[in-house]
Amino acid sequence: MSAERGGGGEGDGSLERLRRDGRIVIVGASLAGLRAAETLREQGFTGSLTLIGDEPEPPYDRPPLSKQVLLGTVDADRTTLPRRRAIGARWRLGTAATGLDLAARRVRLAGGEEVPYDRLLIATGVRARPWPHPAEADLDGVFTLRTGRDAARLRRRLAAGPRRVLVIGGGFMGSEIASACRELGLPVTVVERGPAPLVGALGGVIGQVAAELQRAHGVDLRCSVMVTGLEGDAAGRLRRAHLSDGTALEVDLAVVALGAVRNTEWLAGSGLGAGPRGVACDAGCRAFDVRGLVTDDVFVAGDVARTPHPLFGYQFLSLEHWGNAVAQAEVAAHNMVSPGPDRRPHLWIPAFWSAQFGVNIKSVGVPTMGEELLIAQGSLAERSFTGVYGYQGRVIAAVTFDQTNWLDFYRRQIETAAPFPPVCRTVDRRPDGLRPVPADFPDPSLPTHGPTVTLSGYSPTDRRIVFTPARG
Amino acid sequence: MRLVVDLNRCQGYAQCAFLAPDVFTLHGHEALRYTPYADDSRREQVARAVAACPVGAILLDDLPENLPDDVAGDGAGGPADGLHAAGPGVG
Ligand SMILES: Cc1cc2nc3c(=O)[nH]c(=O)nc-3n(C[C@H](O)[C@H](O)[C@H](O)COP(=O)(O)OP(=O)(O)OC[C@H]3O[C@@H](n4cnc5c(N)ncnc54)[C@H](O)[C@@H]3O)c2cc1C
Repeated sequence: MSAERGGGGEGDGSLERLRRDGRIVIVGASLAGLRAAETLREQGFTGSLTLIGDEPEPPYDRPPLSKQVLLGTVDADRTTLPRRRAIGARWRLGTAATGLDLAARRVRLAGGEEVPYDRLLIATGVRARPWPHPAEADLDGVFTLRTGRDAARLRRRLAAGPRRVLVIGGGFMGSEIASACRELGLPVTVVERGPAPLVGALGGVIGQVAAELQRAHGVDLRCSVMVTGLEGDAAGRLRRAHLSDGTALEVDLAVVALGAVRNTEWLAGSGLGAGPRGVACDAGCRAFDVRGLVTDDVFVAGDVARTPHPLFGYQFLSLEHWGNAVAQAEVAAHNMVSPGPDRRPHLWIPAFWSAQFGVNIKSVGVPTMGEELLIAQGSLAERSFTGVYGYQGRVIAAVTFDQTNWLDFYRRQIETAAPFPPVCRTVDRRPDGLRPVPADFPDPSLPTHGPTVTLSGYSPTDRRIVFTPARG
Repeated sequence: MRLVVDLNRCQGYAQCAFLAPDVFTLHGHEALRYTPYADDSRREQVARAVAACPVGAILLDDLPENLPDDVAGDGAGGPADGLHAAGPGVG
């Protein structure tokens, strides 16, 4: 019935038994969970498959929530993800996992039930970071955006015509929300703690372009400023926001876009290397335990995972990107039912897109590692360009504003560690592109909000060390 | 019909916007906007768009909707539009 621990158990037939009638449990029934389930079936897994998700809806797509849904062109409950195939799974939706017993290989559900597994995939993603003052966060008119229901609520309030929308945080999420507001003709103020929007993800040079883009579209953009308090009226409705520069804003709607918190609380005390920075796993998506030893039956994928990437100095990457969730889910699922020699590393080159103010922003690689930036094609002033990031003399990332056709070229440059600055004699360089400039990322020791890529060494100091009995 | 576009892969060729303009539109120079749910009357249009996409970025599913859980007999709120009891290899 259940597979042996270790190396997939090949040799003694236990992997074959696992593939035939083992039990695979996936916690987190969203993009990564669904794509992993489909891949498991594609790979020939015929055993029992259980998907546990705390949201009541079947897996749905989140990117439209800050775009088409806020604009009102797509209903929030109409982004259900298409399936690649039928998966013949048991769905436990609307049910949260509350604990994990690694030794007994059981997932505990809210309500006390336990679900046994032979292989477990953790795909619990992240949630919106709430406004830090609970009483202020509870004011009527204060929103976050992560779920379909968040989007439906926010859409209703936008459609009702607020006097002014305050967006707290100028990362991708905040910028997309501001863009939707402007497209709806609503007055919007963006307050960003850093010197420019998108600065945490793309650096100060590109951040400056994003700032001009926002202002050109009528956003009241306030940078190097923080929101210090939200004030309600007697009925508990938001009416004013206080800023660190001493000013106040009359607003009846505020969206908190301060990044995300990883959904790992349910793993506390389980013995897994899980904490506020996510669940650490090896390049094959196998989770580490608190001792730093890799498990062989617990896998991780998607926004909740932290994975070392050989191309980026083996740093642990946490990528809150749609494409990563899909690619990592596929690798994790493959490895869950494959013998050791057939396992694959997750070597996906980070990539994401964002649509805002009519501009298509796309990136490959890890811009936050960039020391220098070269505008290799186009020009910043036209807001149509390709920026290439260099790190220690090699190409480490690229970003395009409305120049997606260049991205593939630079992805290959990153894969092959091509020298920086890139030589590209066949293309005429504009004045912007004559020499690299500092990419101008904020000092990493200073707090910033929600960059979409964060790099960190693996150190379990933020966790309590709990020794679990040896498993056999 | 449910659909999703892998916008990392999308290169803005706009074939879809020509073939199924009610479902796909280009916003600005190259930002694609689409309706992730198209009704059956658009089926042919959308199928043509899927086939015409030079980078194969559009995933469309035609699996039946409003069917019971994938695996019958298991309680706790299956997806309202889940799939029928389908063994592996089906679909
Ligand atoms: C508004 C918005 C816009 C976005 N736009 C873009 C974009 O333009 N480009 C891009 O690349 N990416 C974008 N993203 C990011 C992308 O959607 C995510 O990377 C992707 O959803 C990650 O998938 P996941 O399955 O790993 O995690 P999630 O989608 O977060 O899913 C995790 C699931 O697990 C559930 N869960 C959590 N804890 C438990 C528990 N204890 N028990 C059971 N279930 C649990 C959660 O409720 C959730 O359903 C956007 C995200 C949002 C919210």
